[in-house]
Amino acid sequence: MSSSINGKPNKPVRSLRKKQANRREFIHSAVLTTAVVGFSLVGLLPVVQGHSNRLRPPGAIKQPLDEQEFFASCIKCGQCVQVCPVNAIKLADINDGVGIGVPFIDAREQACDFSCDGLQCVLACPTGALTHDLDYPADTRMGFARLAQPASCLAVRGEGFKGTARGPEYQGLLRYDEIDRWNPLPVAEHQYDLELCDLCVRQCPIEIRITQCEEKAQDSENTASLGRVAEQHGNECPPKHAIQLRQVGDSWTPEVLDGCVGCGVCEMICPLEEGPAIVVDIDKTADSV
Amino acid sequence: MINYIRESLSQVFGNKPRRASKAEQSQILQDIYLAKRGTLTKEKLEVVRHEHRKTCCNKWQMRRWITIILVNLLFVVSYYWDIQLLEGAMTASRFVGFHFADLNSALQVMLAYKHVVLNLLIGTATVFVMWLLLGGRTFCSWVCPYHLLAEWAEFLHLWLVKKKVVKNHSFHRKTRSVFYVIFALLALLSGYTVFETISPTGILSRALIYGPGLALIWVGLLLLFEVFYSRRAWCRYVCPIGVTYAVVGVLSPVRVSYDVEACHHEGDCRKVCEVPHVLDLTIRGMAFDLKQDVGSDCTRCGRCVDACPTDSLLFKIKGLDKVL
Repeated sequence: MSSSINGKPNKPVRSLRKKQANRREFIHSAVLTTAVVGFSLVGLLPVVQGHSNRLRPPGAIKQPLDEQEFFASCIKCGQCVQVCPVNAIKLADINDGVGIGVPFIDAREQACDFSCDGLQCVLACPTGALTHDLDYPADTRMGFARLAQPASCLAVRGEGFKGTARGPEYQGLLRYDEIDRWNPLPVAEHQYDLELCDLCVRQCPIEIRITQCEEKAQDSENTASLGRVAEQHGNECPPKHAIQLRQVGDSWTPEVLDGCVGCGVCEMICPLEEGPAIVVDIDKTADSV
Repeated sequence: MINYIRESLSQVFGNKPRRASKAEQSQILQDIYLAKRGTLTKEKLEVVRHEHRKTCCNKWQMRRWITIILVNLLFVVSYYWDIQLLEGAMTASRFVGFHFADLNSALQVMLAYKHVVLNLLIGTATVFVMWLLLGGRTFCSWVCPYHLLAEWAEFLHLWLVKKKVVKNHSFHRKTRSVFYVIFALLALLSGYTVFETISPTGILSRALIYGPGLALIWVGLLLLFEVFYSRRAWCRYVCPIGVTYAVVGVLSPVRVSYDVEACHHEGDCRKVCEVPHVLDLTIRGMAFDLKQDVGSDCTRCGRCVDACPTDSLLFKIKGLDKVL
């Protein structure tokens, strides 16, 4: 603080005091700098410890190692959150360190079911953190599904399923194409009655798309090719299957195939109360398995 | 012009404002200072202050608060009611479809990512031109959500200081430049946008739009620090966003202009200012010119314009007077 000019006699005292004040200010400033920078560096801890890996929106990861680039390029604005029709995308909090404000998906709570068809989150991203290289859901590489608990899988046990997949309280949404093409509906309102549980296969967005493509191709067999149908609907027919029920001896088992993009719908829809039998591994993709 | 830029940048980076030497002051200016000697009594000042209080009502503060609230509310309602007017958050957004990117956030991303996508470039350029026209640090006091909270914390702080409950501690203003360099280097070297972790502007903006989170605790701690220890510490001594916009504002035509002639040099403006060093030119004998513009570290908040009892500080748009 600069004080007003006093008489000359006490000048040496004043300059000494000023010197001390300056030194104090310098030390305070150094402490402030260390404290604030130190706190900001704590943000790197979750990354170093590898706690920051989560399922990311389409386009965030092509290779599992892209996580760092994704963190670097994300400007933390949440425009991807705003355009998602099923509200699958959430933003991380400060306990994710430098990942604060970065989008992730909790598949069990609400998976990305590609209801938007056009990968809206990718289109909304202003920085390319969600890469614009993707055109169709089948191009996505979010992760890769795995039957983690085969012993509890209803299909493996030969059991059917009746009722709502996740109970009446469940908030999640899925697109039920046959009911409403344009609006995702609450899973809690959809009754299933299956002799053998095949929910993970039945609800897989890639599988649904392939079935549609095949039907469309058959309907217009003489007039249009498969590719032409895809063009008309702006949603390419996935080139590979993602999941199927395979017979093993007397029983059936869900088998994840090369076309899996890791969207997490199987993990979301698996009706087991104690936790999903099938989960998405985020450190694997169709290209890396 | 060159002198204004040089002096502004020097202040932004933390140097003390330069006092005009006698040789740099015109004879008229020296005469004005001389004529004031002994004539600016306390009684006269009280009369002027009294008259001023009758006329004004914190006009600029009210306009500013309404603007901050409206801008942030626009983000919130755009998402809440899905009207798609202003999508995104303060760090990057789309206004009726046009990309906008906060200059500092964009800079951090560019340094960390080392690639620039066209959309980001467009958004950054748009925002650069916008704040170039509107005054640079105008962002701070007219848009930043943390600024509003910090202002309220500041009132509390000043009240506690008056009651002698707390004391204000100042830091060296160069600290902010040090932070600027550190955060730029951290982004460049680590490949992560480290500053965004602790930026209260981003945290608050996202909390308003997407719902509250743990990160608000950090914002709360900053406010407590400002209330009990150091007045406006974040904005004055830390925030790199302010530095970025201060540099943009160097070339901006929107400025606060100071007129020496009627000034009482009583310092009411410096008492209310968030960055009082920019108003050191109102100290007797400091000014270079009869009329001089306040440096670009000024946030154009207009508190000094509200506070000045003699209308010696007024908003102006450079060049507009010549056009009109």
